[in-house]
Amino acid sequence: MKKAIKGNHAVSHGVRLSRVGVISAYPITPQTTIVEELSEMCARGEISARFIKVESEHSAMASLIGAATAGARTFTASSGNGLLLMHEVLHWTAGARLPIVMADVNRAVSGVWNIWAEQTDSLAQRDTGWIQIYCESSQELLDGVLMAYRLAEKVMLPVMIAYDAFFLSHTTEIVDIPDADVVDRFLPPYEPPVQLNFDDPRMFGGFFSTDYFYEHRYTVQQASQEALNVYPEVCREFNAHFGRSYDLVETWLTDDADTILVTAGAITSVSRIVIERLRSQGEKVGLMKLRMFRPIPVECWRKVLGNASRVVVIDRNLSVGVGGVFAAEIRSALYASDRHPPVYSAIAGLGGRDVTPEDVEGILHSMKVDDPSPDIPLYWGLKR
Amino acid sequence: MQRKIAIPRELLVDEELMLPGMTSCQGCAAPISMKIALKALGNRTVIVFPACCFCVFQGGYPYSNLKVPVIHCPFETSAVVASGAAAALDVRGEKDTTVMVWAGDGGTFDIGIQALSGAAERNDNILFVCYDNEAYMNTGIQRSSATPMGAWTTTTPAGSLKSEPKKDIEQIMLAHHIAYMATASPAYPDDLYRKFQKARQITGMKFIHLLSACPPGWRIDPADSVRTMRLATQSRVFPIYEVTKQTGAAPGEDTWEYDITVIPEKEVPVSDYLKSQGRFRLMTDDMVMKIQKQADRKWRDLVEKRDATRLSGV
Ligand SMILES: Cc1ncc(C[n+]2csc(CCOP(=O)(O)OP(=O)(O)O)c2C)c(N)n1
Ligand code: SF4
Ligand SMILES: [Mg+2]
Repeated sequence: MKKAIKGNHAVSHGVRLSRVGVISAYPITPQTTIVEELSEMCARGEISARFIKVESEHSAMASLIGAATAGARTFTASSGNGLLLMHEVLHWTAGARLPIVMADVNRAVSGVWNIWAEQTDSLAQRDTGWIQIYCESSQELLDGVLMAYRLAEKVMLPVMIAYDAFFLSHTTEIVDIPDADVVDRFLPPYEPPVQLNFDDPRMFGGFFSTDYFYEHRYTVQQASQEALNVYPEVCREFNAHFGRSYDLVETWLTDDADTILVTAGAITSVSRIVIERLRSQGEKVGLMKLRMFRPIPVECWRKVLGNASRVVVIDRNLSVGVGGVFAAEIRSALYASDRHPPVYSAIAGLGGRDVTPEDVEGILHSMKVDDPSPDIPLYWGLKR
Repeated sequence: MQRKIAIPRELLVDEELMLPGMTSCQGCAAPISMKIALKALGNRTVIVFPACCFCVFQGGYPYSNLKVPVIHCPFETSAVVASGAAAALDVRGEKDTTVMVWAGDGGTFDIGIQALSGAAERNDNILFVCYDNEAYMNTGIQRSSATPMGAWTTTTPAGSLKSEPKKDIEQIMLAHHIAYMATASPAYPDDLYRKFQKARQITGMKFIHLLSACPPGWRIDPADSVRTMRLATQSRVFPIYEVTKQTGAAPGEDTWEYDITVIPEKEVPVSDYLKSQGRFRLMTDDMVMKIQKQADRKWRDLVEKRDATRLSGV
């Protein structure tokens, strides 16, 4: 059924269709409408989940340690400061191999308040062990939630779906909401590989001495790497059920491109307009949209970017002391490859500042004409 | 006069759910309480452990000395981890289970209090047990808000003994209108057993505050662990009582009934309790008097509440 809904609502439908057992969340702008919609869906009986109305995001994530260990499919959602508050528990849930799915509405964080779009919140969680998927449209969000459960429960790691505050969370788009029975065929009920069983009692977690800890960490790393093989499979199956295809990255006109623009999230949509315009003017530009960012699909990035003569990355985030996170990680992924074009970095759109097609075009133009050093980020649109 | 302790038969003969082989110190009171608690709760119990001494000596991968499912969790999260487990068991249709948190005073009074308050306010169906050894023992005896006035710890050393009174966690929990709140001590095992049995049958939030002697932290001989805890109750520093919610006929008419479940066999001054422990060695007479007054006041208050609620209850 096609419906015009907002991004957050698309997430709620994904959660409803995934038949989750336990939901736990705490409101924060701009995630709030997810919490409200899920509460309504529970109240109307459309979801049979238990919704724990916790007193903080920290408790939201912590409650899912108990719920997922006890065998329930679980969901939470947060944003910005809420996500940062969860940080310790994010390491815990990934290390404990709990297949939790979370939506993070990317919101700026700093020592002042700002409620608008920026990816620094989720990128600050990149070492936690959570798989990270960045989305561009409401359809991708709904589909992303369904695929996230398949992926999480296969590799036994939690999955974070990240998307831009307001530009996506509060924008209405037409979304194809699948039928429940098709989703049920795609996503069977969750069966934990190790059950909490009173007749066969197990200890979940506990104290790991130096004799075991390193090996334990390695298994988490292996599970994450395994996601690179499993995700394309999940995407193929998803396509077979629903006729929409996804992959580790999305590419557009990259095969013969001299310059490849790399984006994640809502800036991608704006960039498409620019790529089309420049192509019509004969410029060989292409677009690579990051989808999975943890684990890093290194081979995939190398394959797409290797033939270009320059790569331009737009980062709606700032790792203070470094610059743009995506640019830095792409650079290091390409480094050991035979072909590694220079990676130019532009910071843009922090704290929800609009990034228009003119901005994207301006960034590409500046990188070409001004020939800046790839080491120094271009702080696009900064008022001096 | 020696108080007669009627040991329930089950305590002696039932299946042991706690096995030997723990690495706790000699004389640690916490495992004594756990052993009795599990006999009362039975094997359909999940235990949630935050960081604390117990979480370390309970196992150490790949071993566990508890024959029930155990979930370890971050220090400050235990109450809500239990809430999540209880919700999931409910969704899965598992009936007749108990989800119990077993936390230290740090994980209860301090870093864990936010999650605990949330779970209590929601009346989540969990049993939260605080084994209170009155300091952060696992990290080497630092003060907590459960540390009594006048106590030495490594962060309240000689010259700056703890000057604030112990936080009143029992009142805090009661202010959440919970279903059941009790204190207990392994020095009175029959009472402790009965309270866990009772808690098992109550739906909603239950809180049990256990006194838990710690020989290295309290500076006592391991052999004196139980004796010291008995003195705590005899001196009324740690009265043993329970508060049970009586559901009213109409909404808003719930009442809470107080019962003092251990009337000590003899009464002793608080100085007997304090003097028996090295951690109070440097306490001034002034402080001892303050503690005596606090103990007297708390006892009077409890007796009053017991008498009042009993009268209204019948
Ligand atoms: C977030 C966090 N902060 C600090 C610690 C270090 N830590 C572990 S146990 C503990 C003290 C535990 O005290 P308590 O809860 O009273 O239990 P006890 O060890 O005394 O039995 C501390 C401070 C931790 N594990 N996690
Ligand atoms: S330090 Fe104290 S609480 Fe910890 S194991 Fe030893 S006696 Fe028990
Ligand atoms: Mg303690």
